[in-house]
Amino acid sequence: MSAVVSPIRDPLIVGGKSYHQITEDICSPTEKTPSLAWVIAFIVAVAGLAFYVFCVGWTIWVGIGSWNLNRTIGWGWDITNFVWWVGIGHAGTLISAILLLFRQRWRTGVNRAAEAMTIFAVICAGQFPLIHMGRLWLGFFIFPYPNTRGPLWVNFNSPLLWDVFAISTYFTVSLLFWYTGLVPDFATVRDRAKGLRRKIYNIASFGWTGSAKHWQRWEALSLVLAGLATPLVLSVHTIVSFDFATSVIPGWHTTIFPPYFVAGAIFSGFAMVQTLMIMTRKILKLEDYITVEHIDSMNKVILVTGTIVGVAYLTELFIAWYSGYIYEQFAFYNRVLGPYWWSYFGMMSCNVLSPQLFWSRKLRRNIFVTFFMSIFVNIGMWFERFVIIATTLARDYIPSSWSYYTPTWVEIGLFIGTLGLFFTLYLIFVRVAPVVAVAEVKSILKAGGDQYVAKHTEYHEKAVKGEQVEAH
Amino acid sequence: MSKDNKEVLYGLYDDEEILLSAVDKANEEHFDIMDVQTPFPVHGLDPKLGLAESRLHIAGFIYGALGTLTAFLFMTWVFTRDWPIIFGGKPYFSAPAFIPITFELTVLFASVGMVVTFYTICGLWPGVQNVHLDDRITDDKFCIAFDVSGQEESFKDKLKGFFSTTGASEVNIKNI
Repeated sequence: MSAVVSPIRDPLIVGGKSYHQITEDICSPTEKTPSLAWVIAFIVAVAGLAFYVFCVGWTIWVGIGSWNLNRTIGWGWDITNFVWWVGIGHAGTLISAILLLFRQRWRTGVNRAAEAMTIFAVICAGQFPLIHMGRLWLGFFIFPYPNTRGPLWVNFNSPLLWDVFAISTYFTVSLLFWYTGLVPDFATVRDRAKGLRRKIYNIASFGWTGSAKHWQRWEALSLVLAGLATPLVLSVHTIVSFDFATSVIPGWHTTIFPPYFVAGAIFSGFAMVQTLMIMTRKILKLEDYITVEHIDSMNKVILVTGTIVGVAYLTELFIAWYSGYIYEQFAFYNRVLGPYWWSYFGMMSCNVLSPQLFWSRKLRRNIFVTFFMSIFVNIGMWFERFVIIATTLARDYIPSSWSYYTPTWVEIGLFIGTLGLFFTLYLIFVRVAPVVAVAEVKSILKAGGDQYVAKHTEYHEKAVKGEQVEAH
Repeated sequence: MSKDNKEVLYGLYDDEEILLSAVDKANEEHFDIMDVQTPFPVHGLDPKLGLAESRLHIAGFIYGALGTLTAFLFMTWVFTRDWPIIFGGKPYFSAPAFIPITFELTVLFASVGMVVTFYTICGLWPGVQNVHLDDRITDDKFCIAFDVSGQEESFKDKLKGFFSTTGASEVNIKNI
């Protein structure tokens, strides 16, 4: 047997699957009539999307005045939502790129859905800066295109422009990475189909044949893309944090922001992956491929990144006190005990305290606990961005311009609407594409399938006891 | 692969281990393998088939370097030659501020360039009709194909014999 099997790791594919059964299990959801659960979810999601379109229309028609932003608080739910969605969009590339470089086999069970989630989350994130411009149709002004005004160029020294480049690059690279992984799997779906469906999937699969040379290039491409996407994913949230960190606002201009934002992004992204995977594996009956072992691994990442974020929160408080700079001290006093104390409390309890439950293996492997925890983390990370943005702005340098901000129904609608957009795209994705990477799961079967792992475990136990063992 | 009037004799195997030993056997007997098609990348197959390591990463490096130069030189030109503006008392040529965009464009150029190159050299593109030897190759069969156009029957029989001794579960002939 050529595959290396660890005797101490749990299997990643259970149920004694053969190659054919893997194809069957993963491709069949795209071939059957959708279940009632899917239909209901889709109706709800499309309703959310429709409400989103309505709110965008309202914002454009009435103007940004339909939001509750004011002279003091110029960024509210919009930028909070933007950063929240971008953060969520980090897990997909982390799973597919960084875990590929680290040769983590559990990646194969969840990478496809996580990458899809990344792309949809970045689409949602991209909405907010565009809507915030007010004149949506002038959005192309952010790109340095030759124009008749000189040409007058954009400001390449501005972190906001860096963000434009970072996020559009991230979106493009994630899309290419995801689609290149999908091509062989679309070929699998194509070869099971007939008629028009076969033609459509032949186009989608680019006429993939499975030739040895193609696979070799495909693997070379995946590896280099992973190597490029790894620093990219770190750069994107670093640059998002620069939107705040390069300003001169106490509470924003902290040097800890880049690593803290990146850890927070991975944290929230994994939480969203958990939320989606727990539902997906149940509804599409993929429990054999997205096992408790996968959930356990992801919960470990949540625990680590949640704790990093917690350390960052405390470091910020400590440095504010230690700096001896009263504005900095006030900014953080205000953050914890000011008018928005409830959002700081929500952030701390959801992001720092609750993930500590995952020190317990039993809780890490409990589906219900994981599901509720993932929701908590999503809420907590939203609060984190709100805390950073709104609390900081609400208390200006001059007390006469202090203000308080609550969103209007339009702003709430835009947020709920992007959830609708996100789930609409995700639900379409689970209908048309294999949710688990078929080819990649097959390639780890000999190393992670329970029938093979069991044999090796037996062998290992015998060898440890010093008994006679026959070679495989 | 286009329509090239080839006659292809191919065998299907059920497992990659059997496939690998069959490829070894074919090499021993000096059979010229036309192609091996598998449902997933089989490790250890490339050296046996004598496939040279892919040079895609070299192409990627060149595209990336092109991105680096494009971004950095363009921003430098804009801010020192075309329309110099002082931002916050900083020099016109403020190189550190150019780094984020330079990095992003490096990654963008390398990725897009490599992906386009990959599909082009593999002959994969939306709408192409590549030859499919068998629908189960993308499912659970591992295929070795020989080009037998214009060969004598005795040679074909020899290959069929090879397939049966190496454990192929099916042998077929197809004109492509």
